[in-house]
Amino acid sequence: GNALYARYGGRSTVTVLAGDGIGPEMLKHVTKIFQFANVPVDLEEVPLSSQPTAEEDLDQALTSIRRNGVALKGNIETKFDDPTFVSRNMALRRELDLYANVLHCHSIPTIPSRHKDIDMVVIRENTEGEYSGLEHQTIEGVVESLKVTTAENIERICRFAFDYAIKYGRKKVTAVHKANIQKLGDGLFLQMAGDMAKEYSNIEFESMIVDNASMQLVKRPQQFDIMLMPNLYGNIISNIACGLVGGPGLVSGMNFGEKYAVFETGTRNTGSSLAGKDKANPTSFIRASVDMLRYLGYSVHADIISDSLFRVLVEDRLHTPDIGGNSSTSQMIDALFRHMEQEIKKQVV
Amino acid sequence: MLTRTATRLSQGIRQASSDVRRVTLIPGDGIGPEISSAVVKIFEAAKAPIDWDPVDVTPIKGKDGKMRIPPRCIELMHQNKVGLKGPLATPIGKGHRSLNLAVRLEFDLYANVRPCRSLAGHKTLYDNVDVVTIRENTEGEYSGIEHEVSKGVMQSIKLITEKASRNIANYAFEYARSQGRKMVTAVHKANIMRMSDGLFLRMCREEAAKYPDIKFKEAYLDTVCLNMVQDPSQYDVLVMPNLYGDILSDLCAGLVGGLGVTPSGNIGKDAAVFESVHGTAPDIAGQDKANPTALLLSSVMMLRYMKLNEHARKIENACFEAIAEGTCKTGDLGGNGTCTSFTNDIIARINNSD
Ligand SMILES: Nc1ncnc2c1ncn2[C@@H]1O[C@H](COP(=O)(O)OP(=O)(O)OP(=O)(O)O)[C@@H](O)[C@H]1O
Ligand SMILES: Nc1ncnc2c1ncn2[C@@H]1O[C@H](COP(=O)(O)OP(=O)(O)OP(=O)(O)O)[C@@H](O)[C@H]1O
Ligand SMILES: [Mg+2]
Ligand SMILES: [Mg+2]
Repeated sequence: GNALYARYGGRSTVTVLAGDGIGPEMLKHVTKIFQFANVPVDLEEVPLSSQPTAEEDLDQALTSIRRNGVALKGNIETKFDDPTFVSRNMALRRELDLYANVLHCHSIPTIPSRHKDIDMVVIRENTEGEYSGLEHQTIEGVVESLKVTTAENIERICRFAFDYAIKYGRKKVTAVHKANIQKLGDGLFLQMAGDMAKEYSNIEFESMIVDNASMQLVKRPQQFDIMLMPNLYGNIISNIACGLVGGPGLVSGMNFGEKYAVFETGTRNTGSSLAGKDKANPTSFIRASVDMLRYLGYSVHADIISDSLFRVLVEDRLHTPDIGGNSSTSQMIDALFRHMEQEIKKQVV
Repeated sequence: MLTRTATRLSQGIRQASSDVRRVTLIPGDGIGPEISSAVVKIFEAAKAPIDWDPVDVTPIKGKDGKMRIPPRCIELMHQNKVGLKGPLATPIGKGHRSLNLAVRLEFDLYANVRPCRSLAGHKTLYDNVDVVTIRENTEGEYSGIEHEVSKGVMQSIKLITEKASRNIANYAFEYARSQGRKMVTAVHKANIMRMSDGLFLRMCREEAAKYPDIKFKEAYLDTVCLNMVQDPSQYDVLVMPNLYGDILSDLCAGLVGGLGVTPSGNIGKDAAVFESVHGTAPDIAGQDKANPTALLLSSVMMLRYMKLNEHARKIENACFEAIAEGTCKTGDLGGNGTCTSFTNDIIARINNSD
């Protein structure tokens, strides 16, 4: 579904969840960038934190996203020492039924990385599997954790992946699984993906066991185009893929359901250790905001920001420490404004 | 006072260290026989005090009509407690328990250990890898308990127990201490699987408290994947539940050049089987093209397990040198050598070092 939500007088409203760690400062930068580029989007900030008492905050966040249809989000820390506290990130994805997580990982010139010419898309089922949250202690000292896999969810994530391949002119889908061990759960996934592939005769299809896929990724990542997989493997593969192209500061991630879309960073880190230091790489957050603008149909604004960001990284070579440079976040943002000014002038002429 | 390490590692090894020990040798299928005989020759040259008991493990039909591995193999393992194993062709879906599984269950080989180290002379994109993955080998996602709870709804159970988690955590710290390693990282996903991985993590913390000399860290599986491909040098020993170990050990093997050069050991309380983790390579079997390095380095792990550290060091050095400086590397490492010429190169280096 596209964004027909909350679009009054040609403007859109989107929900902003700043999250923990570097989230708030990064989204401040994004706000300024939107203002500078005159983006017709109003940001409705909703507080949502990792405080266990903030149950109403979650409801408020959900209500806001349901109204606006679209959100831009930082990551919310999960304190795993308290077993009663359910990950807010996961609760959001479940409640909004954001079943598809999409990461586009590609090499960026001038950014140090061991591998060249990577251009792949990771498509991950985002609501079930190992993330079902169904766990219990059967007897003292024995815990069972249920991985739930449903034909319904497999069907739609596979459909999403093949349709994505068609829409964006991609050539191949690789289904990643562990069906040799989880014969029912992953077996069903593998079989349904293979069956669906037959409907898409122009798209090449292959399957790969997740351990081998991880090895292949570090040896020859260029062999992959679209990688399609259940939830946990997606968590693993997407982090490997982000690592290969330069790390958590660079890649954005998109979450789609039938009705809503949430944009965030690819690796969903909080980056707590970098908070307040003006050192975090703003690229992944800026790219998340660009993804959102494209989704909303503001492609001119998206291009202005995206092209300017490319210049900052590739022409000015302003790099934060995580990608081997010594620029600060604000130096990158200042440079971005300079390029945006020129880009905007070009638009006017 | 005898340290815990010494007690643990000497279990199952009855004879004094000057005696010759017997080891069960499962040469395996495909390239297995070639690389096994390379190891045997190299051990001879290094005068390693090992006598081999080769055994064929081709499944045979039992009285009940079921296919299973010959009892001779299990008997030998009971006697020797230590085994070295080449690759086996696994007949997929033929209904008999694989040898791996049978031996693992019989001897409760609960720890899978895979050291991954960059090899000088075998260039990959990563040249500073020196990590060891320690994987819980008996439960977790491999419990095999699955149901179709209703049409189109599958449930796979991941089983985590206090006992197995404590065992593997304890093994990791013992390993770190005995191998002079500095840090153990517990890899988990307790932010999502709060009870199961939470239990695993708690056991790691409890064991960590008993080893103040080893640094302990906790990390999310995803963060480890992210960091591992960017800067593997920040990790040392990694301990984790079954599936994560399966994936991370292959990832780490990928960093140093693949399964052809990474050794592996399956270790229990009083028995251990060391193996090459690559397959049978039917495409090159019988052509003298196979690289014996993975099996040889597995046998080096075995020697260390048996406290034959001098022999281990001698063989390992010769192997590393042959890769770094020699002219007989096999095709998979970009050389023109054969299994035989590479083996001879290693033997010559061993002889020269005496
Ligand atoms: N935007 C960014 N720019 C630079 N580095 C980043 C960015 N986001 C994350 N990182 C780095 O990626 C690594 C993983 O981030 P993350 O913050 O998730 O660490 P963590 O150990 O998983 O803990 P937590 O998620 O609880 O903060 C850290 O080293 C962090 O500094
Ligand atoms: N020790 C080795 N030396 C040289 N090449 C090897 C070695 N082991 C594997 N290979 C090569 O790696 C590739 C993968 O082979 P491998 O046997 O691991 O998997 P496979 O062919 O699927 O066999 P299996 O079904 O027994 O697992 C093949 O091209 C093989 O020749
Ligand atoms: Mg994190
Ligand atoms: Mg494996």
